[in-house]
Amino acid sequence: MTCQQDHLTLAAYMDGELTPERAATLERHLQGCAGCSAEIAGLARMRRGLSAAKGRYAPSDEFRRKVQSQIAVKKARPNVMRFWSPAIALAAAILLCVVWLRSSNRTDALSEVADLHVTALASANPVDVVSTDRHTVKPWFQGKIPFSFNVPEFGGTEFSLLGGRLIYLHQQPGAQLIVAMRQHKISVLILQDSAQLARSLPRSNAVQQLAFNISTWPSHQLRFFVVGDAEPAEVEKLAELMERANP
Amino acid sequence: MDPAFFEQMAMPLFDQLYNFAHWLTGDRSDAEDLVQETFAKALKGFRSFEDGTNLRAWMYRILRNSYLTSKSGLAAQKTSSLEDDEEQGLTANSMSPEALLLRQESYASVADALEALPAAYREIILLCEVEELSYREMAQILSVPIGTVMSRLARARKLLRQAITDPVAREVEQ
Repeated sequence: MTCQQDHLTLAAYMDGELTPERAATLERHLQGCAGCSAEIAGLARMRRGLSAAKGRYAPSDEFRRKVQSQIAVKKARPNVMRFWSPAIALAAAILLCVVWLRSSNRTDALSEVADLHVTALASANPVDVVSTDRHTVKPWFQGKIPFSFNVPEFGGTEFSLLGGRLIYLHQQPGAQLIVAMRQHKISVLILQDSAQLARSLPRSNAVQQLAFNISTWPSHQLRFFVVGDAEPAEVEKLAELMERANP
Repeated sequence: MDPAFFEQMAMPLFDQLYNFAHWLTGDRSDAEDLVQETFAKALKGFRSFEDGTNLRAWMYRILRNSYLTSKSGLAAQKTSSLEDDEEQGLTANSMSPEALLLRQESYASVADALEALPAAYREIILLCEVEELSYREMAQILSVPIGTVMSRLARARKLLRQAITDPVAREVEQ
């Protein structure tokens, strides 16, 4: 009977490379095949002869230390970075959050101011008291807001008073004046100043919010805002008029 | 992989790699140079080594490629050619079966025969029998298909057996 097993399969069996199924099949074959068994025995003998070659040459302790120190020295720096980089990243993230929170706090009153301005302009009744007369508008707020303020004389300027309305900002009542300058409408908001309001404002007096130019300043426990889509210089001019009227 | 893990992962392979290097070069100082170069290269390239792949095969591959481009490696390649050997017939041995069996298990004769094998065959015998690498690992290290690993290994074993059992024939062949 001619044996069908090839040498490569026998070697693969010896080298543990056959699947368990193929190994089991071969083992059954080996029981009855003297030729294949002899070849396996030969491979095993050679393996025993070669086993002494394992670890025949051992590196010296000195050489081991040399290589170990070489790879350890280069390891030291990235190791330190590995520890520090998450800490640095975390610190940076916290710092960013704080800065962001502060800056978002500092602009959130302004965005509400801009919202009040837009709401008034979008309304069918932008003003509660329609008057170009400052002497009509000012008394209208009496009893509606817990403070008083002066409306400047707009005669002889490019500004004209359209009217006023009652607003609330941060649960505080306030006055909003709508002032026209050519095609632009500008709002003047007057509120009681508070620590909470001051905290939620940027340090700069003239800022931009949603493309609106806003000027704001405190005066005698009051807080003034001038907000509109006019040029910053025009907004500033109206702010100056208001400031002069409420020294 | 983070180079910080390199020492921890690679140092357990140090003895094996040194043994292999010494067998390849046949010289302590050449083996030390080769191992040192291997560890330096491996550390440098460790970032590109992917976790979960075979570090042992990867290190052997670096060592082997370093050896092939070294002075002793280049010299060994000149004196051996796989193609020339492949077609040579094997001479029948003339010793008694008992003596043959003894020779095959005698370490001195095996070591002599192994050292006398052409570099490519000595290498694959070492990888398989001494370093106990799998066919797949050897294929990675040698950059050849598994089929080539199997046929080259068979050829190497045949030559080794012949060299052990018939050292005189080997002397004549050379």
